Amino acid sequence: MNVLLDNLTSGSMVFLIRQTLIYAVPLMIVALAGVYAERSGIINLALEGIMIFGAFIGVLFVRLVQQWGWFDAVYKAKDWIGLQGFVLLTMLVAAALGAAFSMLLAFAAINLKADQTVGGTALNLMAPALVLFFVRLIANQNTLQMATGDSASWFMLKKSTFGIGRTQEVGFLFDTFVNKVYPATYVCILVFIVMSVILYKTRFGLRLRSCGENPQASDSLGINVFKMRYAGVAISGALAGMGGFVYAMTTTNCTANGDVAGFGFLALAVMIFGNWKPLSIAGAALLFGLFKCIAASYGSLYLINGAGEKIYFLKELQINTNFYRLLPYLITLVVLAFTSKNSRAPKAEGIPYDKGSR
Amino acid sequence: MSKTPFFRQPGTRSVMASVISILCGLGAGSLMIFIVGLCTPALGLKSVWDGIRLVIAGLFSTGRDAVGALTFGFNPTNIGNMLFRATPLVLTGLSVAVAFKTGLFNIGAPGQYLAGTCATLFIALSIPTTEMAIPGIEPTSIPPVVVWILAFAGGMLAGALWGAIPGLLKSLLNINEVLACIMTNWIAANLVTWAFDISNLKNLVEGTKTGYIYKTTINGVATSKMGLDKLFPGSQVNGGIIIAAVLAVIVYIMLTRTTFGYQLKACGSNRFAARYAGIKDKRNIVLSMSIAGALAGAAGSLYYLSGNTEFFWSTYQQLPAAGFNGIPVALLAANHPIGVIFTGAFMSMLDICGLQLTNLTAYNEYITDVIIAVIVYLSAFSLLIKSLLSSRKKKDEPAVKAEPQPTLANDQEVKPE
Repeated sequence: MNVLLDNLTSGSMVFLIRQTLIYAVPLMIVALAGVYAERSGIINLALEGIMIFGAFIGVLFVRLVQQWGWFDAVYKAKDWIGLQGFVLLTMLVAAALGAAFSMLLAFAAINLKADQTVGGTALNLMAPALVLFFVRLIANQNTLQMATGDSASWFMLKKSTFGIGRTQEVGFLFDTFVNKVYPATYVCILVFIVMSVILYKTRFGLRLRSCGENPQASDSLGINVFKMRYAGVAISGALAGMGGFVYAMTTTNCTANGDVAGFGFLALAVMIFGNWKPLSIAGAALLFGLFKCIAASYGSLYLINGAGEKIYFLKELQINTNFYRLLPYLITLVVLAFTSKNSRAPKAEGIPYDKGSR
Repeated sequence: MSKTPFFRQPGTRSVMASVISILCGLGAGSLMIFIVGLCTPALGLKSVWDGIRLVIAGLFSTGRDAVGALTFGFNPTNIGNMLFRATPLVLTGLSVAVAFKTGLFNIGAPGQYLAGTCATLFIALSIPTTEMAIPGIEPTSIPPVVVWILAFAGGMLAGALWGAIPGLLKSLLNINEVLACIMTNWIAANLVTWAFDISNLKNLVEGTKTGYIYKTTINGVATSKMGLDKLFPGSQVNGGIIIAAVLAVIVYIMLTRTTFGYQLKACGSNRFAARYAGIKDKRNIVLSMSIAGALAGAAGSLYYLSGNTEFFWSTYQQLPAAGFNGIPVALLAANHPIGVIFTGAFMSMLDICGLQLTNLTAYNEYITDVIIAVIVYLSAFSLLIKSLLSSRKKKDEPAVKAEPQPTLANDQEVKPE
């Protein structure tokens, strides 16, 4: 019993949970972005592009605000609540501009009845090109960084944030969920829950979903399909833009270089994997995040045996690093192979709404 | 039956729609340069004028003269390099186009490209020829051209096999091909890194750069120049572009003149109607993806067999852009195999313009990527442009039928039987 408890509260477990959340949360929120668009009837292949754009906008905003010195006093005073307010503000800005960027897709897909896959691909090409063009002009290199300091020193919660000494022991829960954590992660989880509830438990959500299933029926009941689809894409863009910034802040130290390592496409995969349902998506994202985390740090994960020794079991297996790196993708494919029969996409997605058609 | 006038033929309209998209794209790029130039005090109007000229005619740029003004003229190096860079673009564009014709969105070209690259490099470097120069490996009596053929065939085969995986998953298990392609892309990126990581093909001779594989020329294996180097001296051009063009013609004949091609297109138009007509839709989906994969594999194969390119092997975090760029090439050509040759060349021309822009002005090459994105965005409503063109001409003609475009998942709930 003690061995089990030791393992569950070991440093290895703390690290695993913390790191899994960092990978899983952007995936989760961006996959939900995909759900909002697809449930309203628009395929949003542009998630990757919007993430890249959101990451750039977020980093640029942080950089500009640092240059203007708005939060210098807050930083010097080590007022972590103020700094988290800064993060929240940046998330809002990234979300707003992500939504604005996604309007390009909405306009093409809804008003002009263009092919949605192509429109999404165009946005995926546009975002890295625009971002790199401006990054090069602003920073004279291919990576945009914060003006001063780094992501961890400004936005991460640490023991010292709460006046606790570096070597002082803290409880398991504090260590896992507060120490070395970005509160933005929890904000995202909260947003995920709220947006999921809106999608399923409100009149707006029901109407939005109806437009992705049978827009003609929705229209006959007085629902404005065009408006609903615009709303779906806008929310999708906002969530993806926010997710892009959170990804940049938590995993790439608040830098933007026109790349999010395929996270937008992975989010799309998580969305299909999660069968367009928020709860399944959360599960799929956590699974994916867990394997990503194992791939990144399998060498430092250990179990504790009865004698209290640390056993680095994954390291001892001596399997090539690359195997762990491809594991998340392989597992997704295998799981899909078993579950694809039950897969159910929104019926009207990808089809431009035409009032005249039956 | 009277012949349709030239301007009313669907083909002409497709070309017109693409040309309009291209002009709008170039206009948008110029506008961006203009705005950025005006908003940045250091740049000014003169640099705007330079930038716009380079975006449009960068291919013919010959640098700057003594007083610093841009000069233009016939530049064989640029044109040769354009043809060299066009080779993989034409082939990945073909790959995407073939899959599109069968109603599949092949976003897996990067993975197939990597598979082709990997197989080609392994074959080209591990069969020692008469000219083998890797330290510790003895030259043999095998002529390099045999190894070249084996390496190219191996690259295409590897691409075909890698493309067949999403095809099989789609036809047997009804897994969305976009999803399967995204996963196989990343699996390929990791497998390729793994394979080269444990191989002994890492370039240790030229110690200046790390992380690269030997060039195939170290084994004497390189694509024949076919006289093109005489035509365009000082450039990287080789026979690869001719091979790519020949493959495009073969694909065109296959799609338009054979029963098999007709079956592929029938599956793309309506999979279930095709099945009702006795066409084996599942087999055709797998074959279509394999052909697409083989073409993308050939792209990677030819690019690295050129002998003047090095492969950065630790690619597990990044997919090759050449794979994704096949999508705009195919879209701009409206999935026409012959059109792909020209749009591929156009895209690589923009590439060259971008390089000139970086070298000669304060702007950078990413403006050309913006132009490509604008063009693709506009080609999304090429249907609209086409119908506008046709409605202006004559009213009685039926509207142009939409090319069947695959959608992400709307075929999933259609249960057979």
